Amino acid sequence: MIPFYLFGAVAVTASLLVIGQRNPIYSVLLLITSFGALAGLYVLLDAPFVAAIQIIVYAGAIMVLFLFVVMLLNAPHEDTEEDLARGIAAQSSAKGTLAPDTRWAPAPGVRVFGASLATLFVLEVVWALTRRGGESGEFARAPVTSVGAIGRSLFTDYGFAFEVTSVLILVAMVGAVVLARRERPSAAKAEPGVGRPHGRHPERA
Amino acid sequence: MPTLDHYLVLSAVLFAIGTAGVFLRRNVITILLAIEIMLNAVNLTFVAFGRALGSSDGQIIVFFVITVAAAEAAVGLAIVIALFRHRESLNPDTFTTLKW
Amino acid sequence: MTPLLVAQLVLTLFVFVMLLNSAAAMVYMERKVAALLQQRVGPYLVGPKGLLQPIADVVKLMFKEELRPAAADRFLFALAPIISATAAIAAFAVVPFGAETTFFGLLDEPLRLQVADVNVAMLVLFAIASMSVYGIVLAGWSSNSKYSLLGGLRSSAQMISYELSYGLALASVLLLANSLSLADVVDRQAGSWFVVLPRWHVFLQPVGFVVFMIAGIAETNRAPFDFPEAEQELVAGYHTEYSSMSFAMFFLAEYINMVTVSAVATDLFLGGWHGPFLPASLGWIWFLIKVGAILFFYVWMRWTLPRFRYDQLMTFGWKVLLPVAVVNLIVTAAGVLYFGL
Repeated sequence: MIPFYLFGAVAVTASLLVIGQRNPIYSVLLLITSFGALAGLYVLLDAPFVAAIQIIVYAGAIMVLFLFVVMLLNAPHEDTEEDLARGIAAQSSAKGTLAPDTRWAPAPGVRVFGASLATLFVLEVVWALTRRGGESGEFARAPVTSVGAIGRSLFTDYGFAFEVTSVLILVAMVGAVVLARRERPSAAKAEPGVGRPHGRHPERA
Repeated sequence: MPTLDHYLVLSAVLFAIGTAGVFLRRNVITILLAIEIMLNAVNLTFVAFGRALGSSDGQIIVFFVITVAAAEAAVGLAIVIALFRHRESLNPDTFTTLKW
Repeated sequence: MTPLLVAQLVLTLFVFVMLLNSAAAMVYMERKVAALLQQRVGPYLVGPKGLLQPIADVVKLMFKEELRPAAADRFLFALAPIISATAAIAAFAVVPFGAETTFFGLLDEPLRLQVADVNVAMLVLFAIASMSVYGIVLAGWSSNSKYSLLGGLRSSAQMISYELSYGLALASVLLLANSLSLADVVDRQAGSWFVVLPRWHVFLQPVGFVVFMIAGIAETNRAPFDFPEAEQELVAGYHTEYSSMSFAMFFLAEYINMVTVSAVATDLFLGGWHGPFLPASLGWIWFLIKVGAILFFYVWMRWTLPRFRYDQLMTFGWKVLLPVAVVNLIVTAAGVLYFGL
């Protein structure tokens, strides 16, 4: 019971901080922590393969991608003391905070709707936690699903989904490369050679 | 011993946090991270039910969900990069030209 | 506190201490071998034949001033070397280095010389290797310096590119061994064919071994793949702004990563602790010899080959090594299916 509460607490706290704090890099790192906690929960659920896949693919590859993009776009971090001292404003347009942003005024009904949704959710969680009975109880003595069994099932019962997923990844890869490509002005393409003159005296190049 | 209910409640809480993040944050990358939180909550539900029903189907579906999430994150981030190059901003409220 | 639990705790502590010592030993070996390759003597002043040189290095590093650039992100700057060192040491937890032993009859049942005997050991290894990317990329970012950022981004891009070939080489061995547990893989390599040729996977999978070693060298950012830390280009890459113990932790992480990759290569391809003339309980001596040979090869590569330029490095990783690894996997699969290897 203790490991479940520990991992659950870490996952929930890390997720709350992901959406609650300002620096995008910290958000990515906190999400990685949350994934680690979830991997622990998967191990508790007798699914070591999924836990390893979660760490390898999700925390080890997808989050690296997020981190690269955040660094590449130089997503604004909090002002250091020097910047504030020099009166340089942060790139305020992209500062995401939970405090109400002056440029973002939600429609009047939105806050009410959000508050009612949240209340409904809290009531539901309280109900789920306190009811008695019901047919879901302890986990059954499930047969141990080995990695070999998963693999066998993956390639026979779910073979079509497997192949389609591989095509999906190929499409996503091509799409990502095309979408993120820098636009080249066509004039530069027509010019052979090195392009801009380099060197200390480019006018004499 | 944690029962199925415990895992489902935890998954619901995580999903709610993800949804709140999508609605409340004004930074596109953080919105994508909140979507990933939601996907993870769903993964947890699948694995918990797979364990409760004693089959490996839950784990296999999670395998596919993780793969699709990877593809979606890649394309989403590529779109974010392309958008950022045009507007120099990561606030989704600056991309409002389609509004009438 | 059963004897088994005590033995396991002692074993864990022993592995940890030995890894740290191995990093120190690697420092000495690298400098001596480099010296011999360059026809000079190397360290000889500190202790007999310079054997105490690593201790002098550690003391020097401990007494240096711990710097932090003013504009650096304080938390991440401190966290990055911790992630690097932790991932490097944790990866060794699933590597077996000796046969089951009862420690001269002190235990009731034999204990395998491995910190954690999980049956998905290869996946855990791969997972922890993926985590070590973060130490580098965070070090590059948090130092707030252009050399660090470039070095960090290049280094992490290189690491995640070569992880693919690393994983495919692992998958080829997985096909042969039919199990994800490293202990099973080693057990399958006992014995010999025709008395003379040991039943090691390197003879069944020579291409796989070469792919694994190249990917391992690239993963640990060692020459000839160490462009991201090249002095001539990037000052020191991602650890430019670090000094004293933080730098020592990166240093340590690099050497321990080398030791781990060598240990895994030994387990997967070179038969682990099996060898002639020694009983199974002393197999760890053979393990040490094989790991030492691979580490010598690492050092030899560093001081012999010129380093790859970054675009050559990435081209090689994606356009040469990855197709070779994939073809190797397919051929291995065909072999297992038709010849029942």
